[in-house]
Amino acid sequence: MLTLTCPYCGIAAEETELQPGGEAHLKRFGPGSSDAEFEAYLFARRNPKGVHFERWRHAYGCGKWFMAARDTATLQVYGTYKAQTPFPTPEIVAAIQHRHPQWRPDFDATSPTPTSAPEGLTQ
Amino acid sequence: MTQTGPFRLPRGGRLIDRAYQLPFRFDGRQMRGVAGDTLASALLANGQLMMGRSFKYHRPRGPIASGAEEPNALLGLGQGGRFEPNQRATTTPLVGGMVTASQNAWPSLNADIGAVNNWLYRFFPAGFYYKTFMHPRPFWKHVFEPIIRRSAGLGKAPTEADPDKYEQAYAHVDVVVVGGGIAGLTAARDAGRDGKSVWLVEQTPHFGGRTPTDHADGQSRVDALLAELRGMENVTLRRATQATGLYDHGYLLVRESLADHDPNAGIPRQRLWRIRAGHVVVATGALERPLSFAGNDVPGVMLASALRDYIDLYGVAPGRRIVVVTNNDDAYRTALAALDAGLKVVAVIDARSTADGALPAAVRARGLRVLTGSAIAGIKGGHAVEAVKICAHSGSGQVTETVDADCVAMSGGWSPVVHLWSHCGGKLNWSDAQTMFAPDPSRPPTGADGNAMASCAGAAAGDLLAAELTGAQAESALMPVWVMPAHATRKMKFKMWLDFQNDVKVSDVELAAQEGYHSVEHTKRYTTLGMATDQGKVSNINGLAVLSKALNQPIPATGTTTFRPPYTPLTLGAIAAEARGETFLPLRKTPMHGWHEAQGAFFEPVGHWRRPYCYPKGGESHGDAVAREIRAVRASVGTLDASTLGKIIVKGPDAGKFLDMMYTGMMSSLPIGKCRYGLICNENGFLIDDGVAARLSDDTWLVHTTTGGAERMHGHFEDWLQCEWWDWKVWTANVTEQWAQVAVVGPKARMLLERLGGMDLSAEALPFMGWAEGQVAGIPARVYRISFSGELSFEVAVPANRGLELWEKLHEAGRDLDVTPYGTEAMHVMRAEKGFIMIGDETDGTVIPQDLGMSWAISKKKSDYIGKRAQERSHMTDPGRWKLVGLESLDGRVLPDGVYAVDEGVNANGQRKVQGRVTSTYLSPTLDRPIAMGLVRHGPQRMGEVLEFPAGGQDSYKARIVDPVFYDKEGSRANG
Amino acid sequence: MAEALATISQVQDRGMIQIRADLAQAGDAIAEAAGLALPEQGRITTDGNRSLGWMSPDELLLVLPLAETAEALAVLQDALATEHALVLDVSDMRAMFRIQGARALDVLAKLCPADLAAMPDDGLRRTRAAQAACGIWREPGGYALIGFRSVADYLRAILAGAAAPGTGLDPR
Repeated sequence: MLTLTCPYCGIAAEETELQPGGEAHLKRFGPGSSDAEFEAYLFARRNPKGVHFERWRHAYGCGKWFMAARDTATLQVYGTYKAQTPFPTPEIVAAIQHRHPQWRPDFDATSPTPTSAPEGLTQ
Repeated sequence: MTQTGPFRLPRGGRLIDRAYQLPFRFDGRQMRGVAGDTLASALLANGQLMMGRSFKYHRPRGPIASGAEEPNALLGLGQGGRFEPNQRATTTPLVGGMVTASQNAWPSLNADIGAVNNWLYRFFPAGFYYKTFMHPRPFWKHVFEPIIRRSAGLGKAPTEADPDKYEQAYAHVDVVVVGGGIAGLTAARDAGRDGKSVWLVEQTPHFGGRTPTDHADGQSRVDALLAELRGMENVTLRRATQATGLYDHGYLLVRESLADHDPNAGIPRQRLWRIRAGHVVVATGALERPLSFAGNDVPGVMLASALRDYIDLYGVAPGRRIVVVTNNDDAYRTALAALDAGLKVVAVIDARSTADGALPAAVRARGLRVLTGSAIAGIKGGHAVEAVKICAHSGSGQVTETVDADCVAMSGGWSPVVHLWSHCGGKLNWSDAQTMFAPDPSRPPTGADGNAMASCAGAAAGDLLAAELTGAQAESALMPVWVMPAHATRKMKFKMWLDFQNDVKVSDVELAAQEGYHSVEHTKRYTTLGMATDQGKVSNINGLAVLSKALNQPIPATGTTTFRPPYTPLTLGAIAAEARGETFLPLRKTPMHGWHEAQGAFFEPVGHWRRPYCYPKGGESHGDAVAREIRAVRASVGTLDASTLGKIIVKGPDAGKFLDMMYTGMMSSLPIGKCRYGLICNENGFLIDDGVAARLSDDTWLVHTTTGGAERMHGHFEDWLQCEWWDWKVWTANVTEQWAQVAVVGPKARMLLERLGGMDLSAEALPFMGWAEGQVAGIPARVYRISFSGELSFEVAVPANRGLELWEKLHEAGRDLDVTPYGTEAMHVMRAEKGFIMIGDETDGTVIPQDLGMSWAISKKKSDYIGKRAQERSHMTDPGRWKLVGLESLDGRVLPDGVYAVDEGVNANGQRKVQGRVTSTYLSPTLDRPIAMGLVRHGPQRMGEVLEFPAGGQDSYKARIVDPVFYDKEGSRANG
Repeated sequence: MAEALATISQVQDRGMIQIRADLAQAGDAIAEAAGLALPEQGRITTDGNRSLGWMSPDELLLVLPLAETAEALAVLQDALATEHALVLDVSDMRAMFRIQGARALDVLAKLCPADLAAMPDDGLRRTRAAQAACGIWREPGGYALIGFRSVADYLRAILAGAAAPGTGLDPR
């Protein structure tokens, strides 16, 4: 049973105090997106043996969603960080590479944030 | 000392107190033991060597061990609700008045009919069940399965509820040392000296492990360590506390016995500790292995260390004439212990060609026969050892000598107890020199930080002698002996037990290998080796050594099976702890719950809430009560406790924009003072919740959710706010329980509320779909003019602490109006009469609002909302989707819930095609006829068509497709 | 038989106000209106019969005498009128218990996975008690525990069960 430290309240919470939320850093596709984009957004999930970024909510606690970088095989936790973080932070990347020197991020942290706000909402 | 049994020695017994005699019963016989006995030592002292029968062949069995690894001596303990099967006599402390019984024997332990299997052993080889019961196929269900079911399972399951209490507790500890032997005590002392918080847990009621028994000054070494540990404030010692499993991130489960088998103690029987350990030291010692010789399961054959324990710890001699058989020096300790206790040691049979270590020398010096290069060819005796046949180990079993004996102490070497180490991924190395798997410190189980979360110490680490701690002298090397004698015949191998409980023999494992079972995991399941309640603690290494030999490969190539928790069985009571009876679940109660109870309400679960389903009066049936409640509401006025409805405040400059994303409809345009019904979908487009939103102020909305949806929808809102649109300025708060809410419903609802006074609730002041704030009966209130019944309806929300007061005042003031409390079922029927959907009835996670004819609740103006893109997918816009209609039973019978409407033709599987299903179905008291709703392909275009609904067997229903609004189609009643 | 490990009593005279705001921006205004210092992360500040607890990075809970709630609510709403903030009376939706006695920690250790022994004196920990959400802080002589009102019976029962006489957690 995992323990993860909530980056909002600093509590090392155990799994029973947390709610899992699946893969982190998904980009939302809404109206106007292609079928392929939307399908990937809804259903395509990585299932790596090794480094994985995932969402957790400190449900029996401060109620905040956060991200965890975790190894799905060894259960090593490389770090947790706030949900309002477009990409894993340089500290997280460094912690991963400390354990797996060959590991390279498959995201471009210099690109615009992966989140999208809907446009043209009628108020 | 006959009072405590004829086999009690006149002296000795480190753990017992002869002054306190304890009576107990075994299979109806009255016996006596003494304080400090285990059940096994007390039975042995009474001469009861045979304690049970094996699972498959019903062979007579006595204990072979003195601890947790025992496979044979399993008893049924206790009576009634406290009865427990499969309890190890070797680890059960004797308690005065205990009632115990042997298992797997009928009519009695001595004359067991099932033992016929024993004569038929040639016909019950490995894989017998797989091979035998295959054909003819119909026999499986009617003949084989019932027979197997009757004979399956060891011990009887108790039939009554367990009356004992259990509890759990959490602990956070720097270092937990598992095992209170000398290595564990030393590790705890070292960690304690470092200033860490330390727990030491020991499975038995005593510290010290084997050291006091096996080493001359062992007790004083242990006592010195204990004295230092007891002086350390940061160290906690717990006895009778079993570590059962090590899990992710240092999560260690530990069961502490508080009042096991002592129902009068008045405290919980066991406590399950859920420990977060910074580091776990596995100091769990080692287990001795049996030797595989013919007849090694006859009662009286036991592990050499067990015999030593019974003599030294309990002052019990399981036999008077002892043969020791070994492949190592350690077993010679047993010969010396037996001699010291005044017992006759007939011979030490050593498979090694020489035995010249210090221990064999000491044995020889006492004048004992030591037969090197020798082996046991067989045991004479069935229910007990009568004689031992001796042969050369190098041969095939030619008997050279037969000696009279009643007890055989065997030792095949020792295996470190690596279970905890392995539970969470620690790896093992094979040691040829010591013929054992031992922890590989370079491949430990790792924790959250990626570093080792456990280490091993002492024998568990592979340092079997722990000479540095015990002061033991070096011993000469053992010789691997997996089958005795080395070239035993096939016939002998049929009598060489590997797994004693499940009756798996050398011959079975060899047969499995021969039949192609090369993986140890497959062999385990094919032969059932190691699958009994002892999980193969004494059998696994012997079994995989035999398998390796049969496969002609080294033992590490075969590997071990997976070690899984728990180390010893855990009671379900300890796992459940407080979660039983009244506290099984946190039942949620509204402020008016007590009133409902007092009125005899019949409750139904809605999530964790308990809501009144109806309020039966006198001998009224539930159906009659529901009908009465509905008629009263439609005729006059009724009250529904709607406090459970979810209430979420959404506030901020971006609240409107946010709600427009959450709901399919437009919430931002809702005027202050008004209410609007809305639908919430998930990103997959499916409808997940509905409810009425009220705009409280320029930047504040209060949205209602379904009863079951409050926490889920609040979480849904927060998820999008925190993870997607975190720059939007919106606060949410789930205030469901701040308010008690009463729906006052019916043509006389306004009249009733006006009697309570405080607010203008006229149609002008508070029109339909409006809300107002004020006072009702002197209580601050918000009143929502919304209706789920089709009647004139006011939902009155007051602070929860005043909910009961409002409810009682309504009932007091409306007595002459026949004001009637109504439950959820009346609410359901009334909403169905009006054709209103219910989340969970009309929706099932695959239904979109468009299926329900609710396109009116979907804004066409919005460029986006959660679910919009999904609803544009081709399958969602398919005109052939099943859509909501009303269904009118043709013959006046109520349609069964969930039945399917059949279509012409059959599908690829030969099943009738279907074209719709019933989602809600009731007898309408208002209309005095059945009503139903359903989802039907092209439904709304097929008004008047008749569908057929087969309902199992010959039964079939017919219904006409009609408008789903059955009552008050114009909606005039709600507008009153 | 020994005494219960702790005395469990339900508290009925406390009011509670939930405050959601950007604490960095509105913290001073809240502190002034509440009459208490702003608590640090995971802490609760107390002065007299009022406490202000840190519930999350953007949420505080003011615990005060029930009779003072309405006025405090108005003062806070006033103070935060120009902020993006939410101030709500949540007195009725909570159940509050006192766990008093030398062994109060044993009672909570049976129900909560949180390491309450390590909680600072002025700490506030949100966690669960068996299956129900709760918040816990220290009070003189023991602990205060708040949960939802709908599960008050459940909380009372599990607290009383955990406090049963003779069930202290010391080694036997």
